[in-house]
Amino acid sequence: MTEVFFYIFAATVIAGGLGVVLLRNIVYSALTLIASLMGVAGIYILLSVEFLALVQVLIYGGAVMVLILFALMLTRTRELKDNLDGDQKPLAAVAALALLGSFIAAITQTTWPRDVNQITTVPFNDIGNALFERWAVPFEIASGVLLVALVGAIIIAMQEEGER
Amino acid sequence: MLLAAPAIDIDQPFVNAALGLIAFTLVMTVGVMYATWYERKIVARMQYRLGPTRTGPFGLLQPIADTFKLLTKEDLRPATADFVAFELAVFLIFIPALMVFVAVPFTADWFISAIPLSLLYILAVSGLSFIGFLLAGWGSDSKYALLGGMRAAAQLISYEVPLIMAMVGVVMVTGTVDAYQMILYQDTVPLIVWQPLGFMIFLIASIAEVERPPFDIPTGESEVAGGVFIEYSGIRWSMFQLSSYVNMYAFALLGAFVFMGGWEWPFGTDVGWGLQLLLTVVKMSLFIVFYLWVRASFPRLRPDQLMSYAWKVLIPFSLAQIFFNGFIIVYDLPDVAYLISSGLLTVGLGYSAIFIVRRGEPRKPLQMVPARATARKPEPEPAVVAAAEGAAT
Repeated sequence: MTEVFFYIFAATVIAGGLGVVLLRNIVYSALTLIASLMGVAGIYILLSVEFLALVQVLIYGGAVMVLILFALMLTRTRELKDNLDGDQKPLAAVAALALLGSFIAAITQTTWPRDVNQITTVPFNDIGNALFERWAVPFEIASGVLLVALVGAIIIAMQEEGER
Repeated sequence: MLLAAPAIDIDQPFVNAALGLIAFTLVMTVGVMYATWYERKIVARMQYRLGPTRTGPFGLLQPIADTFKLLTKEDLRPATADFVAFELAVFLIFIPALMVFVAVPFTADWFISAIPLSLLYILAVSGLSFIGFLLAGWGSDSKYALLGGMRAAAQLISYEVPLIMAMVGVVMVTGTVDAYQMILYQDTVPLIVWQPLGFMIFLIASIAEVERPPFDIPTGESEVAGGVFIEYSGIRWSMFQLSSYVNMYAFALLGAFVFMGGWEWPFGTDVGWGLQLLLTVVKMSLFIVFYLWVRASFPRLRPDQLMSYAWKVLIPFSLAQIFFNGFIIVYDLPDVAYLISSGLLTVGLGYSAIFIVRRGEPRKPLQMVPARATARKPEPEPAVVAAAEGAAT
């Protein structure tokens, strides 16, 4: 049963990813991106990291997608419907295949510290403890970087408003 | 027992959950039908009217009549609408609304699935519906719908932040994100006592999340002519309404078991499912009556008031709540410290709301304006008065 679900989720991820690249309508691309990200969340559940799966839904399905959709819908997306394909399609395919090959090579060549066929469940509390005790300083630095980005975005937006 | 725990049928948990969901969807549909009747009756009573009276005793058959009317209505779609977005949007709003209930424990044994991270699940899934609003707004190819969709998405995403922050405060107190454990924690004292600020923030943010008045800015008739629903009719429109009411039930249930103790408080775990279900329903109904009451009492906010209230008032206060909770946990203070810090912050929330939201508005003295143009007798023109006086002398 789990295997069936894995294939369903994997197919969703791949089909969604292809949809993002191949569909002509950019809003549909955003929709298939949502499907793809939800598929990733499903695979997280199969790997028994429910916390990551839910955060994936909350952050990518919620916050990130609203940004993308806002940007797409507030700009004139309907006018660039036809011009999304370039002449560099074969080059892109080569680059994508090279990336795929390097990923596969990296996954198969690496010696993993634990037995990969066994799923080790990580309790939710351990993630929290690791984040806030063991790795508290990197966590704080990351949040500081985000804060700077936030303030920067506000300042840039304010300047643009004043220029008008 | 339709909503049986998976433990009863271990071999087929998927089948079990599917049956539970189907049964629940049917129950919810009827529940929503009568929620509309109840809303009309309550609001009518508050406005000195009778509400529906003609169909059946107390107008009880009104929702059935409404349902048949909606189902037999012509299903219209604008010619320029984007087919996929227009059709998909309904389901992208409807399905997350119902998915929330998978993790809700109705009694000690009645739940569709016991998810260890159920609170996070509920918040994550209920946050997905804005995709449907954006798509409906964009796909309808109508300016009002697009404006409504944008407003809906902006409002949902803004109020989700204080909602989640309030829940973080609760999670810090109870030390669990499992709704079931959280209910067990409220054995003797419900969390509304320890976290009144969290409760207030939840109450306000949940009204905004279900887009009910006074936060019905995305669907306001006078501003955006119904918002995202404007191009929808018949069954699709009723599915939007259905998911709106289902969302209301969901947040009422969430408030009931996070802050009011669910089925546990005040009778404990061992009173049997009958009384527990009754407790859950009564607590949920309290929230629903509150939502209706607020709807009948307050005028709609302006979008800028809505945004500044979320970002300048609710979020700073919820962050302060998290800070004080952390302080109490680290220094191992007694539980009363939660009540004191949270209670003081609640008072501050009420006090600051007026000042922060209304700051920057020009101070005008209160003006008395006649309700209608005809309510006041037109004053005679000075020239006419002078002429009349001249005629008299």
